Amino acid sequence: MKTVEEIKAAIEAAVPGAGVEVVTNPGPAAEHSLRIGQKHAVKVAEFLRDDSELALDFLSNLTAVDWPDKEITEKVKVTREVQKPVEGGEPGQVQTVTETVEETRKRVEPGYLETVYHLYSIAKKHGPVVLRMRTGNRTDDVSMPSFTSVWRSAEFQEREAFDLYGIVYTGHPDLRRILMWDEFKDHPMRKDYVEPDDYEYEPTAHDHVLERAKQHLSMEQPVAGGAE
Amino acid sequence: MSATMESALKARMARQEGWNRPPHVEPEGEGELLELSMGPHHPSTHGVFRMDVSLDGERVIRLKPVFGYLHRNHEKIAEGTSYLASMPYTDRLDYFCSLTNNWAYALAVEKLAGQEVPERAEYLRVILAELTRIQNHASTIGFLLQEMGASGTPLMYAFREREKIMDLFESLTGSRLMCNYMRFGGCRVDASAAWLDQAHKVVATIPEFIDEFERFLRSNEILMARTQGMGVIKPELAVNAGLSGPMLRCTGVGYDIRKVDSYGIYDRFQFRVPVGDHGDIYDRYMVRMLEMRESVSILNQALKDIPGGPVMDPKAKIRNFRPKPGEAYGRIEAPKGELGFYLISDGGPNPYRYRVRPPSLINLTILEDMCLGHNVADVVLIFGSVDIVLGEVDR
Amino acid sequence: MAVDEQLKIEMGKQGVIVTSLQELYNWGRRNSVWPMQFGLACCAIEMIATTMARYDMARFGAEVFRPSPRQADMMIISGTVTKKMAPQVVRLYNQMGEPKYVIAMGACAISGGPFKQGYNVLKGIDRYIPVDVHIPGCPPRPEALLQAFITLQKKIDGQVLTGEGRPRHLDAEAQSIFPVPEQGEHDLEPTSNKGLWTVPTIIR
Repeated sequence: MKTVEEIKAAIEAAVPGAGVEVVTNPGPAAEHSLRIGQKHAVKVAEFLRDDSELALDFLSNLTAVDWPDKEITEKVKVTREVQKPVEGGEPGQVQTVTETVEETRKRVEPGYLETVYHLYSIAKKHGPVVLRMRTGNRTDDVSMPSFTSVWRSAEFQEREAFDLYGIVYTGHPDLRRILMWDEFKDHPMRKDYVEPDDYEYEPTAHDHVLERAKQHLSMEQPVAGGAE
Repeated sequence: MSATMESALKARMARQEGWNRPPHVEPEGEGELLELSMGPHHPSTHGVFRMDVSLDGERVIRLKPVFGYLHRNHEKIAEGTSYLASMPYTDRLDYFCSLTNNWAYALAVEKLAGQEVPERAEYLRVILAELTRIQNHASTIGFLLQEMGASGTPLMYAFREREKIMDLFESLTGSRLMCNYMRFGGCRVDASAAWLDQAHKVVATIPEFIDEFERFLRSNEILMARTQGMGVIKPELAVNAGLSGPMLRCTGVGYDIRKVDSYGIYDRFQFRVPVGDHGDIYDRYMVRMLEMRESVSILNQALKDIPGGPVMDPKAKIRNFRPKPGEAYGRIEAPKGELGFYLISDGGPNPYRYRVRPPSLINLTILEDMCLGHNVADVVLIFGSVDIVLGEVDR
Repeated sequence: MAVDEQLKIEMGKQGVIVTSLQELYNWGRRNSVWPMQFGLACCAIEMIATTMARYDMARFGAEVFRPSPRQADMMIISGTVTKKMAPQVVRLYNQMGEPKYVIAMGACAISGGPFKQGYNVLKGIDRYIPVDVHIPGCPPRPEALLQAFITLQKKIDGQVLTGEGRPRHLDAEAQSIFPVPEQGEHDLEPTSNKGLWTVPTIIR
């Protein structure tokens, strides 16, 4: 099978402006993936499916991953110009010196939702080729093109990602909640989801469940024993 | 590339828009359609599953599956707990085949962490997985016939065999159903010589059971009349809809992950991959029957060749198990189809993302296509022939 | 009752059966409890195994699994009840005619079990409907289900037909239909039936 770099070159030759990037996987599995842009995504998918050499006709797994906003604290070396008095010179005489100092800066890396696709070829018996696609952010720009017209197996899995993560797949024929009920408002697989509080009675609670059970108990009765 | 493949690819290029969508079925004559909600409590749904069906008389015009009645948040719980603590949860995915679920998860984590597995453990895994396959297929055929009206009897035969295999599981792992047996880098406990002996004896009785089962069923008139030409899948759509396992092979596509990936030690065994011809219910039934026979052949080879040695890699880390950052997708040929686990590690003790690729859910993608135009009584059969377990569909 | 137990046995040996109406009535009821054919999750497989040849639930008069709640006397909650399924379970229970009994089979039906931390898992079916017998286990073995069934039979046998503690189906005042929870935007509403279930006192 072709390497990811060769697949990237093939996609870029077939679909100009596809915006493909290789994402390396540092783990021992070394299944590197290709991140594609949203604009030509369906064309890229059709190329991968129909290309006679790749023939990735089997979309095995489609799933979403939530990457919340990340606050990154990093040390940056800053070079700046400082006015300093000249050593041994007359008082009041200054000169401009460049010096390098370390500064701790905080920045917030905006989060996004990502869909991961695992493609195999049944005709050629090779795979997997891992594709990824991102949304703009996690709040209002959460749409990406649906692959249901290319691979039918995306149908239920995209509905699942919509239900649990809130990714809106444009072009999906029937995008409804699949696992939770229709009136449900949240997206429970997101990392910042707060689950309903029904921990009134926890006979063998531990960790964060114990904390919540204690909160309930403190309203009604004192907790005997404690953390055991 | 062969000429036929070339032309097949050309045909694929020329496909119409919407070719992989369910066809539109028009009601015959006038009159109102009957909206029927089959499930979530329906004796034929194998659990809690609902189909919203529109009927024109007895004919199905529209069918929408409704899931989620057994959505137990397996993935969310697994992301909040350690890698090893998720192992018992995998038992409860497809609760007919806990050992193959264990294997798929162990395989994915071993891939994620670059973990080796000793020889004897690989053999034990193969033995247990093939025993699981036999009992799953036998029960599936029993349930299918139950839905056809053979109330109880074939299921009794299947469960009689299943109990023998359950006893084997229990004496090795300590539990009938929820075995929780495999670990990252091997298996939890070693099988004694007495256990292997007993396994030999049980495996020796299975061909007789299959013969008996087949003598009763293969040319049964009712079975043939109700299953042949029913619920037909085209191979091209089957591949496109991501079907796997017997559902894919009944259409004639000989794709078995045991052969393609040859994970574990499957490349050492001689076995054939049965494929169907027509893609109907009868072919699915036959593929399962033949797969049981191939499993018996694998079991005989594995029980003969099993070497001594440890069942756990001594270098395997049990406590404080933290794989390096990265991701892995491990898949096996479970009795129901391709069972995959997709894991992302951020270097912590818990997986950052834990995803199960459930064959049962994805095999239901084309349920509507198969059922449209058939009678409502056949929907029960077509659904039964897919072989799903709700624990895996909804997770 | 009025007849001496020893005397009854003695008369039985002579071919004379002496009984009270209550005993006869309870004997008939306890040996013909028909369960509802209703599997929820993993425990349902063990429930099926219990009805098969090896464990043979027919010995206790309970092999006739009824698909319709109208014909069933007993509901085996065999597995995890999710919040999506809970309204349907309560509705099915309401549709059963009195006398009706509930066996909560397995850890999930009792308390949510291993899936307790799930956002969609109900933490015990006894929050909405009364439960007669709880069986722990994940899943309970078929023998455990038989044990639960024998316990239920003993309970039926001990029921006094008149007076304060008479069974629900002989008491016109007794509540036999329980409110069905609604599926709200974040959770079930209400989260439990306050009249039926109160937080048990925890002794640590």
